Amino acid sequence: MSDSIKVRAKVTGGVTEVKALINHSMETGQRKDAKTGQIVPAHFIQEITCSHNGENVLTAQWGVAISKNPYLSFKFSGAKAGDTLKVSWVDNKGETDSVETQIS
Amino acid sequence: MNTTRRKFLKSSAITGAVVAGIGAGILAPRNAMAAWPKAAFDATDVNTAIGSSDMIESNDIEVKAPDIAENGAVVPISITSKIAGTETISILLPGNNTPLAASFQLSGRTEGFVSTRVKMGKTSHVIAVVKANGKLYTAKKEVKVTIGGCGG
Repeated sequence: MSDSIKVRAKVTGGVTEVKALINHSMETGQRKDAKTGQIVPAHFIQEITCSHNGENVLTAQWGVAISKNPYLSFKFSGAKAGDTLKVSWVDNKGETDSVETQIS
Repeated sequence: MNTTRRKFLKSSAITGAVVAGIGAGILAPRNAMAAWPKAAFDATDVNTAIGSSDMIESNDIEVKAPDIAENGAVVPISITSKIAGTETISILLPGNNTPLAASFQLSGRTEGFVSTRVKMGKTSHVIAVVKANGKLYTAKKEVKVTIGGCGG
């Protein structure tokens, strides 16, 4: 289920730093396949949501300009070690994935 | 098929269309449940993508990006906003066909900081637009791209 997302969340001095790495091709729909000459259809993550113990802390809308295998980092307060952080994404083909991790 | 869900999707699509009529930009008021803002991401200029040209240049926003990006396909960018009450941070790349790269909505507990990696087709500014207390603030930094990241 959660093969595509690697996430690490660490609390230091009351602030939790989240770093996430997602495996996704992030095709722009502008690139041509080198062999066939056909345009590779757009396939990219449109929305990312991150929640701490079920409460949303970050929502992001992405376009095709986000790099392949996207990286995301952000910080929030109010969490402690052992709390749950959930990260999920939805792409333009309706594919989705999510992962839950413990804040360390 | 789940008819209730169908109805909900249909009605939210209609709401979305009405809102798009008012302002297509990413920061235009819209239903929290609305779909991905296609019009904003399809916009070919910064003001249309944002939905406003009324932006205040601010020194409280820091755009961290390399001066020279050797590979335009992977340009690391960090935006830090020290403006109190920062609600959203958007990243725009006017050198790309469609400038809007990403828009982040922060909760009250989230710090004014996001970091990600973007594709840049050519040398251009990286523009950050921050929405705080109903106003738009902006800052930018130029990144020279030696190999574009959008071609095939």
